[in-house]
Amino acid sequence: MSMTLKKLSRPFFAIVTFMLLASQPVLFAQEHTEQPDSTQHEVEKEKFNAGEMIIHHISDAHEIHLFGDAAIYLPVILYADNSVKVFSSSHFYHNEKHFTNAEGESEHYYEYNGFVMHHEHIYAAADGGISLNAETGEVNNASVLDFSITKTVTGILITCLVLLLIFGTVARGYKKRKGSAPKGLQSFMEPLILFIRDEVAIPSIGAKKADRYMPFLLSTFFFIWIANILGLIPFIGGFNVTGTLSVTLVLAAIVFIITTISGNKHYWGHILWPPGVPLPIKFILVPIEVAGLFIKPLVLMIRLTANITAGHIIILAFVALVLIFGQMGAAAGYGVGVGSILFMVFMFFLELLIAFLQAYVFTLLAALYFGDATQEAHH
Amino acid sequence: MLSVSIGTVVWSSIAFLIVLFLLAKLAWKPILASIREREDSIDDALKSASKAREEMANLTKSNEALLNEARAERDGMLKDARGTKDQIISEAKDRADVEYNKILASAKDAIRQEKSAAIAEIKEQVATLSIEIAERVIREELKSDEKQKQLIDKYLQEAKLN
Repeated sequence: MSMTLKKLSRPFFAIVTFMLLASQPVLFAQEHTEQPDSTQHEVEKEKFNAGEMIIHHISDAHEIHLFGDAAIYLPVILYADNSVKVFSSSHFYHNEKHFTNAEGESEHYYEYNGFVMHHEHIYAAADGGISLNAETGEVNNASVLDFSITKTVTGILITCLVLLLIFGTVARGYKKRKGSAPKGLQSFMEPLILFIRDEVAIPSIGAKKADRYMPFLLSTFFFIWIANILGLIPFIGGFNVTGTLSVTLVLAAIVFIITTISGNKHYWGHILWPPGVPLPIKFILVPIEVAGLFIKPLVLMIRLTANITAGHIIILAFVALVLIFGQMGAAAGYGVGVGSILFMVFMFFLELLIAFLQAYVFTLLAALYFGDATQEAHH
Repeated sequence: MLSVSIGTVVWSSIAFLIVLFLLAKLAWKPILASIREREDSIDDALKSASKAREEMANLTKSNEALLNEARAERDGMLKDARGTKDQIISEAKDRADVEYNKILASAKDAIRQEKSAAIAEIKEQVATLSIEIAERVIREELKSDEKQKQLIDKYLQEAKLN
């Protein structure tokens, strides 16, 4: 009975978490829709807009914006009309144009070589650059497949490079000091590797089967952790790798695929025909269990994205606070700045903790799902 | 950020899978293997240390046994020695007794001989003395001629008789 309760409570918990976390994107959306009202009043002065600034920083872009006008322009790779087109994003960013949106406000977009970019989304150029849908007022241009090396992709590549560098060095250390105590970077990483093995993999999966999943768990843990830390480093463009749904989607999808492939008879039996439950209950339980199969990785994906993005938003909000008060007057800006910086320092420490914690949580849950899938019948 | 972009999905899949493959081959496999190896060797070392300790204890025990044996042997030897000593002493005593008795007997013999010799000498001296006394007595008695004549007569009578 307790077994079924446990089985029941997990999808339930997952749904509640999903709902709680899903409410966060709505918050951003409100912030986003509020923008036009505020810009209407201050449009001439081009006043500082906190919402826009925050969204700009946590969103993906085709450039890495360092400070002021300094930016690293990344390659744009498009697949359109059965051909691949590669060019620097500087062509876009140096050709800014404006159009009037459905609400009659002026919005900017970029145009180059038959393509337009609006809010970092690339479309095929229409006659007048951007064409709007007459009914909904949304951009009506045909989308093109965008395989650009964006800011997030750059972040992923940096993370991968750092991972390979770190663990290449660590592995070399093990080869060099065979059988002796670890040293340097090796001795910093070994406790973490042991932590993943002894506290995450073995308790969740069992000592016998844990070895098979160790490479994935270790790679995932360190990938998420390093990507999280990369996102916290200021002045390098504010990478938001793990706060990007596309990235966490891939990680969660791999977890889902591994879980599904390694699922044994016992696992599928419990999902498709839960034992020890009366028949009518089975009809309720089976859909829940099947939904749980997908909800589990989905929650994994959303939790990571939401946590990292939320952390970035809070830190950026404190920055925005200083700038907003700074516009009222220098004294107000400095005054609020002191408090804001204290909060930001606190948030940075919290984010450092969260960077580790979310990597750990993702890895632990992945390990638990693998453990569930490979568990042998024991009754 | 909150919409899925196909480009990012493709790139992150490719990058992550390549890194996963490379790390699994080049990092995790050797790292985990050497960690396991080291743990095994530490385990072995601990095991052999406890084994050595056990052996040491055994050795101490056998040493003690050996020591006890040696002590017992020494005690036996001492006992034997004491027995031998007693025997030697008693033997010596016996022999001394015999010797003593022998000496005593010979001493007694000697004393007896000396005594008889002394008695013999005393007898001789007494005899001589008695003769001297008798001489003197006779000399005294024979001072008058009459008496000498009487005596000669008497001797002659006796001699005739014989």
